[in-house]
Amino acid sequence: MQPQDAVATPPDALQPILTSLRERFGEQELEVTGHRGEVTVELGRARLVEVATWLRDDPATRFRHLSDLSGTDYPDRPDRLCVDYHLYSFEHNARLRLKVRVTVEDPHVPSVTGVWPTANFHEREVYDFFGVRFDGHPDLTRILMPEDWKGYPQRKDYPLGGVNVDYHGAHVPPPDTRRYKGGWTST
Amino acid sequence: MSEILRDDADEATQDVPEADGPSTSQLLDQAVVRPGEALDLPARPAAEHVTLNEQRARQVLAMGGGDWAEVTARADAEGDDDLMVINMGPQHPSTHGVLRLVLVLRGEEVISCQPVVGYLHTGIEKSIEFRTWVQGVTFVTRMDYLAPIFNETAYCLAVEKLLGVEAPPRAQALRVLLMELNRVASHLVWLATTGLELGALSIMLYGFREREEILDILEDVTGLRMNHAWVRPAGVSQDLPDGTEDKIRAFARDMRGKADEYETLLTNNPIWLERTRGIGELSQDRLIGLGVTGPMLRASGLAHDLRKAEPYCGYEQYEFEVPTATGSDVYARYQVRLAEMRQSLRIVEQVLDSLPGGPVMIQDPKVGWPARLALGPDGLGNSPAHVNHIMGESMEALIHHFKMVTEGFKVPAGEVYVTVESPRGELGYHVVSDGGNLPYRVHVRDPSFVNLQTGGPMVEGLLVADVLAAMSSIDPVLGGVDR
Repeated sequence: MQPQDAVATPPDALQPILTSLRERFGEQELEVTGHRGEVTVELGRARLVEVATWLRDDPATRFRHLSDLSGTDYPDRPDRLCVDYHLYSFEHNARLRLKVRVTVEDPHVPSVTGVWPTANFHEREVYDFFGVRFDGHPDLTRILMPEDWKGYPQRKDYPLGGVNVDYHGAHVPPPDTRRYKGGWTST
Repeated sequence: MSEILRDDADEATQDVPEADGPSTSQLLDQAVVRPGEALDLPARPAAEHVTLNEQRARQVLAMGGGDWAEVTARADAEGDDDLMVINMGPQHPSTHGVLRLVLVLRGEEVISCQPVVGYLHTGIEKSIEFRTWVQGVTFVTRMDYLAPIFNETAYCLAVEKLLGVEAPPRAQALRVLLMELNRVASHLVWLATTGLELGALSIMLYGFREREEILDILEDVTGLRMNHAWVRPAGVSQDLPDGTEDKIRAFARDMRGKADEYETLLTNNPIWLERTRGIGELSQDRLIGLGVTGPMLRASGLAHDLRKAEPYCGYEQYEFEVPTATGSDVYARYQVRLAEMRQSLRIVEQVLDSLPGGPVMIQDPKVGWPARLALGPDGLGNSPAHVNHIMGESMEALIHHFKMVTEGFKVPAGEVYVTVESPRGELGYHVVSDGGNLPYRVHVRDPSFVNLQTGGPMVEGLLVADVLAAMSSIDPVLGGVDR
């Protein structure tokens, strides 16, 4: 969702980081917004790995810890799939969020497993639930859902319940039509 | 592992360009954090990569286990008669829940280990999107079931941050009190189960005995032993009942002696030392690269604790230390957890000494539960006069109550990422609101999920019996991993 209070003044620790980020990569490529004291840098996927590597290694930033990587689906937008990278710097005690948006038709984002190995499980999870393909991931397979599951359950157009489940020869009708008569049947 | 399981003589998979990409362990080695060194990601055309993964989808281990014959056949096809694939779990007494480890062994030596998760997936993150903000608490408390108060607090802190409100001081202090008791309980379960796995049965009995006392206290305060749903957005659901403070004080006093007892049993015990020292070592750089936090990271010498780095719920008021160790092995993690229990008891006593008065729920009728805004004569429960006002006197109050209970409050649009220091490390909540009365998206960064990635690199080269010690030193809770 669009932040309501666009905070122009991020926390003190982040000021030098944002300044050097702008100097290094230019204003137009990065969209910096603030909300509730958290700073988000939205960028195109083409420069993600470059920016991530720099953020990790530059002495002014040192975001060595990829705290979280999560997906969100905004069906109202053309680029509806959104991937958030929550970074943390032990040295500067600062947090930063990177945001990359892609479309469902071309859901490719470069993998950051080469920058932060911890992204391995996270990227598998986002692939599992949103169908984002992380190019360069060593083993991009489903992690929490069964491997042969159809569809991406956390997308907003995927219903909660009310669907027939056919899995490995077992058929379970939706809960509202489900009856048990020595086996699951549908009314 | 990947070579053994995936590259076989099967015609259908011959053309898959597996050998092009680096293996996970190579990638991990390359990716160790070195300042100023840029890393090259393996260049692979996007389209080809997707095909590769779709090919692989048929080759990787199916959770149903129906492909076991195939897995072993591939290992046989390697031509190395000594290699053996062992499926440990998901129903194994030593894997802390439904964790499945696929071990490739040569004799007693572990060649590789692949954790397979997902058996306890319940779709909590999806379900929350269909419940009100308050109802979300009842879901998150079921994730990491050994640390429910932490889940509730982190979620509520995120909702409060979006709302722009803060819980009253007494509620904050009570959250800290129960979180620290919960931390002791969680570490006790870790100590007990690890002891059990290494054959130290007495410590198992002692650990669960003391944990039971904490669960009694939690039951007194929240009404339940687990799945409390006691922390609510902008407060807690109820105050401490009479006599609980004394009970907690007595427990904290006794528990110190008990911790000494565990030390006498274990710290210098030659068998314990033999089974834990030098087992499951990982360098600090690798731990950071793998995103590991909590006692595992502190056992490598880095004193990182979110209670100190980014204090929440008023942790800055309390005096405590961040214990560290240097071995970065199972023994170091044991030392850190034991020291953390003592520090938690220190915090518990300080909270009781400085417990502020006042309400435990925000006095804002737009957020607080209407019937809870006035307390009964005993300081607990609903006030009959207030309930009478809602039910019998004021139509507006009744409508408001009804709307609050059925629809809940609306939360301003925005997104936040809030973290707390759980017993297993950084517990993060990425919460997105679209301005409505239901959460738009709640993503949980569960520390067990992230820390479990060390399972592979940590046990390679160890003996089978040490796999248990190494894996249990991660302290994974599968309810949190699979969510």
